[in-house]
Amino acid sequence: MAESVTTVFERPRSLKPVVSHFCAGCHHGTIHRLVADALDQLGLQDQTIGIASVGCSVLLYEYFDIDVVEAPHGRAPAVATGVKRVHPHSTVFTYQGDGDLAAIGTAEIIHAANRGEQITVIFVNNTTYGMTGGQMAPTTLPQQVTTTTPFGRQIETDGNPIRMAELLALLDGTSYSARVSVDGPKRVAQAARAVQKAFEIQKNRGGFAFVEVLAACPTNWGLSVIEANERVSQEMMSYFPLGTYKDLTVSATGA
Amino acid sequence: MSNRLFVKGNEAVCMGAIAAGCRHYFGYPITPQNEIPEFMSRELPGAGGVFLQAESEVAAINMVLGASAAGARVMTSSSGPGISLKAEGISFMAGSELPAVIVNMMRGGPGLGGIDASQADYFQAVKGCGHGGYRLIVLAPYSVQELYDLAMTAFDLADRYLLPVMILGDAMIGQMKESLIPRSYDPPTDLPEKSWAVTGKQGRAQGNTVKSLYLADGALEAHNWKLHGRYQQIQQQQVRCETLGLEDAELLITAFGSAARIAKTAVEMARQSGLKVGMIRPITLFPFPEKIYRQATERCRRILCVELNNGQMVEDVRLSVDRQAEVRFYGRPGGTGSMPTPEELFKQLQKHYKD
Ligand SMILES: Cc1ncc(C[n+]2csc(CCOP(=O)(O)OP(=O)(O)O)c2C)c(N)n1
Ligand code: SF4
Repeated sequence: MAESVTTVFERPRSLKPVVSHFCAGCHHGTIHRLVADALDQLGLQDQTIGIASVGCSVLLYEYFDIDVVEAPHGRAPAVATGVKRVHPHSTVFTYQGDGDLAAIGTAEIIHAANRGEQITVIFVNNTTYGMTGGQMAPTTLPQQVTTTTPFGRQIETDGNPIRMAELLALLDGTSYSARVSVDGPKRVAQAARAVQKAFEIQKNRGGFAFVEVLAACPTNWGLSVIEANERVSQEMMSYFPLGTYKDLTVSATGA
Repeated sequence: MSNRLFVKGNEAVCMGAIAAGCRHYFGYPITPQNEIPEFMSRELPGAGGVFLQAESEVAAINMVLGASAAGARVMTSSSGPGISLKAEGISFMAGSELPAVIVNMMRGGPGLGGIDASQADYFQAVKGCGHGGYRLIVLAPYSVQELYDLAMTAFDLADRYLLPVMILGDAMIGQMKESLIPRSYDPPTDLPEKSWAVTGKQGRAQGNTVKSLYLADGALEAHNWKLHGRYQQIQQQQVRCETLGLEDAELLITAFGSAARIAKTAVEMARQSGLKVGMIRPITLFPFPEKIYRQATERCRRILCVELNNGQMVEDVRLSVDRQAEVRFYGRPGGTGSMPTPEELFKQLQKHYKD
């Protein structure tokens, strides 16, 4: 009698079978997987165009088995706008770090959201500039030591960490804005749902969808993998509360 | 019945672009080119296209980058300060081998400068305004008709050689109204397919990647040699230039764009007064018509270069003649009241003809 074998876990089709360059304990890999899972589950792989940003995730096209355009630092939402306006029926997402999206690219993200651009934005907040070696990011926490805040971030001189999920939720063009994290299995499952929702909204031409993901950068934080994960759960979450800050799909149905 | 129209240069360039199949425009207002976004915002939606006023020139050029990567014929326009902001995106497009048409209706500078005609962005256009060492094809129209015609040419060149093409006009030619005969667009049959465009994989085995990052050992060098080879091809195949009276000229005047218009009148005045003056008007600033200068200097040993700046193209003229001729310069840097008259240039011709 033949035994029936069921696959319970496999590599998403939207990811290539290659080894990534990410450091041990880096959350970029997990977040890549969540995006790929969403594309697979919604059957979008063949119609998706990813926009890679400048940061540790710039090599998106080496990992995702989809069409990809590499954008200049901070400009992914503008590049996504250009692509989407040419192929309105395709699925277009940007994948951006906090330096990319919340510092140099602030104008582009705000205006893409405000126009209600039909794109999905995955925003990886790791409170530092990973790729360039751990400098201060707009999301760096008060007192956090980075290579350009050697005495800790001083609010008086360096300004405040910026909360993008809340900020973008204020714009009329935003349909969905949520902050999630991937620091444990339960939270990964919640994050997966948020990412999937952000792509569903685009599929239904529901407007601009934004998911901020809190992420660890053990290398530049100078912490072990476990310590870095704990920092996300504790320090980061108390400044950047998880939650759904706007969801027009809910208010639209009166739920 | 003639189909002759009376339109502004800024409108003519849009009409040429739309005739050539451009259906996407992204831009940001700046004088003296505002009629371009205004025309596109009126005309593109009805033509099944997209006009989008971006939040900045930085965003606009990156929207152009995205639309081009997606396979569309796409255009943006600006003037000096805005082109400076586009520089990074232009470099990325050159590195990513993306076609597009960028119009610069030049105004005076540096800084905010002024809004009157100037040719002070020659270096910016021809020497590469962004980083990393690349070339744009640069076209220099000198009439409303030529703006229209070269807009079509620009899209074909961009698609053929996979790079951004810049149309370098200025406040005078953009704002001026002239008659235009809008010829119909005749698409070349041998343009390469855009099989590299991002569309979603749509059943393709491999995803398409549009990028300018090359990290593997030797990869960036190989990429740059490939681009260099393409630039050499352009230099061999795409030089465009108008010449006048080279056969007997004792003195040559050379100028591009608006300055060439004024210079042409001065040449006519000189010829009428018996001076054997000729003219070279580059229409492509890259590729620069080096050979035409060199051949001309086999019999004529003096060239007067006239520009609406303090001397930029003159450097390329000097390199081209390679010390076989004496190259002199007359220029005015632009700004209100800084436009030479034909009489002024005629006097210059008389002076340089003698000594
Ligand atoms: C115009 C420009 N300025 C600066 C840089 C250098 N740079 C590369 S990545 C980066 C920051 C990336 O940080 P982030 O967006 O937070 O992403 P991460 O690497 O942390 O994932 C910077 C400043 C650049 N490539 N381009
Ligand atoms: S430097 Fe930080 S963000 Fe970059 S790959 Fe390593 S852990 Fe990830």
